[in-house]
Amino acid sequence: MGAAAQPRKVRLSTNPSPEALAELELGDIVYLDGVVYTAREGVYMRVIEEGAELPLDLPGESAANFHCSPAGTPLEDGSFKVGAVTATASFRFSKWIGEWLDRSGAKLIIGKGGMNPEDYRKEFVPRGAVYLTTVGYGTGALLGRGVKGVRGLHWQEELGIAQALWVFEVENLGPFLVESDLQGNSLFDRENKKIAANLSKVYEGTKPAVLKRFGETDDRGEELI
Amino acid sequence: MISIDAIQRTAETLMDKAAIEIPQDYLEGLQAAADAEDGDLSSFVLQAMLENYEAAKEDRRAMCGDTGCPRWYVKMGNEAQIEGGPVALEAALRRATANATKSVPLRPNRVHPLWRTDHDNNVGIGAPEIEYGFEPEGAWIDLITVHKGGLFGTDYRMLFPSDGIQGIKRFFLDSLVAFGKRGLACQPAIIGIGLGGSKDTCMVLGKRAACLRTVGDKNPDPRIAALEEEFKDLGNSIGMGAMGFVGKSMVIDCHIEVGYCHTGGMQMSVHAFCLSSRRAVARIHADGRVEYRTDPQWFTDYQRRETVEWALPHSHEKSA
Repeated sequence: MGAAAQPRKVRLSTNPSPEALAELELGDIVYLDGVVYTAREGVYMRVIEEGAELPLDLPGESAANFHCSPAGTPLEDGSFKVGAVTATASFRFSKWIGEWLDRSGAKLIIGKGGMNPEDYRKEFVPRGAVYLTTVGYGTGALLGRGVKGVRGLHWQEELGIAQALWVFEVENLGPFLVESDLQGNSLFDRENKKIAANLSKVYEGTKPAVLKRFGETDDRGEELI
Repeated sequence: MISIDAIQRTAETLMDKAAIEIPQDYLEGLQAAADAEDGDLSSFVLQAMLENYEAAKEDRRAMCGDTGCPRWYVKMGNEAQIEGGPVALEAALRRATANATKSVPLRPNRVHPLWRTDHDNNVGIGAPEIEYGFEPEGAWIDLITVHKGGLFGTDYRMLFPSDGIQGIKRFFLDSLVAFGKRGLACQPAIIGIGLGGSKDTCMVLGKRAACLRTVGDKNPDPRIAALEEEFKDLGNSIGMGAMGFVGKSMVIDCHIEVGYCHTGGMQMSVHAFCLSSRRAVARIHADGRVEYRTDPQWFTDYQRRETVEWALPHSHEKSA
């Protein structure tokens, strides 16, 4: 292992104060206490496109939206068994995120791999929200240990278990990394830029494919040979 | 005769093992990567993953919340007989998949592609996939389950002989760089490369190379084995590690499988078997004995045969 210093560790409420959010720095390791709920494309479409009423008080109950489908199952006695918990890739939810932040009042968006830096500048910064990424991916068993109870499972019938809205009571839920801060800076963006500097050297001795693909040219009138 | 009850029971155990227990070969590969890694964020990530494998085994909970898409590879010795035949076998594997989704629990990932219908049990049209292979000798059946995850890290391209090794390298790097950013491929991974065949078999070969060979395994063709080593080093020289952070752990191992292809083409596919490289295997013998392992031993000399006839005396089947 390298001798480099470990990143800073932070405990954070799932209804964090603006001051607590302002203190977060890119790469901080975060553990959460309180309540988090899962919402991804199924919930976003239902609320934003179909106009369904939120089935819980947001952000009163929680300001932490987890892009997650747990490996969990409802039991016959009405309780739940939750095993591993990990996030799904968030960049796919870009089209809903601004309106969702308005509707839900979320201050913490938790998911896999962050979002486009432009989403942070346009949608997150004006609403005082930050993005936390899961680690790995995924530390599903470690995160599962942080889930202390299931407060509710909404829309299971309408959306299925994977897309349903789960409400978790959590303690020391983590680790997560601060991917975007209140200024809209992005940890992934910073790392991508460092790595890009080395890429031309790695590609030495390779050559482009004889048959190109659309995407390598965006001119659909162009031939690909 | 192998009883259908033994098959279903064993299959349920395999579903549990695959979801919870990281295979030892991958674990050792990741430990070596963690020892070599000097990027501070990448190192932190790899340590967290190592802790996560322990937590999963201690708590008997799935190692990752995305428990992937469970699938089955079934291999039979030429003399194997299954009670109820292949239809009963497939029913037993579908039942085991559904039961384990509730008992482990797994995430019910499988939905209809258009209507998004979820049966909450990982069973549906074409799910779980069941693929077959055969070996010339034996009355056993091998059940192999792979719970491969990930929507990212896999790609296909039709290359041509004139693209050569330089073109293969370019597409290999393109796949790693494209899906490695932000760690979408959940690297470091076992990278499987399929070369040749036709479009569909090229994808199948690459996926099997990633999922059905263990870390440290070499292709028996020494020139392909040398390429595997070269590609592993190339992937780890990108400057990218876990989660796309600065680092040097992208590839735990690289496996290449080939199939004869059209004389004008050189199909290529790239697959990433992620930080949760979930596979579990059991051999059920005709007398009912069950042996569990994590090495699928899929790619035998018989599976890679080049000739019209297969002469038994020359077979070197891997630990049959």
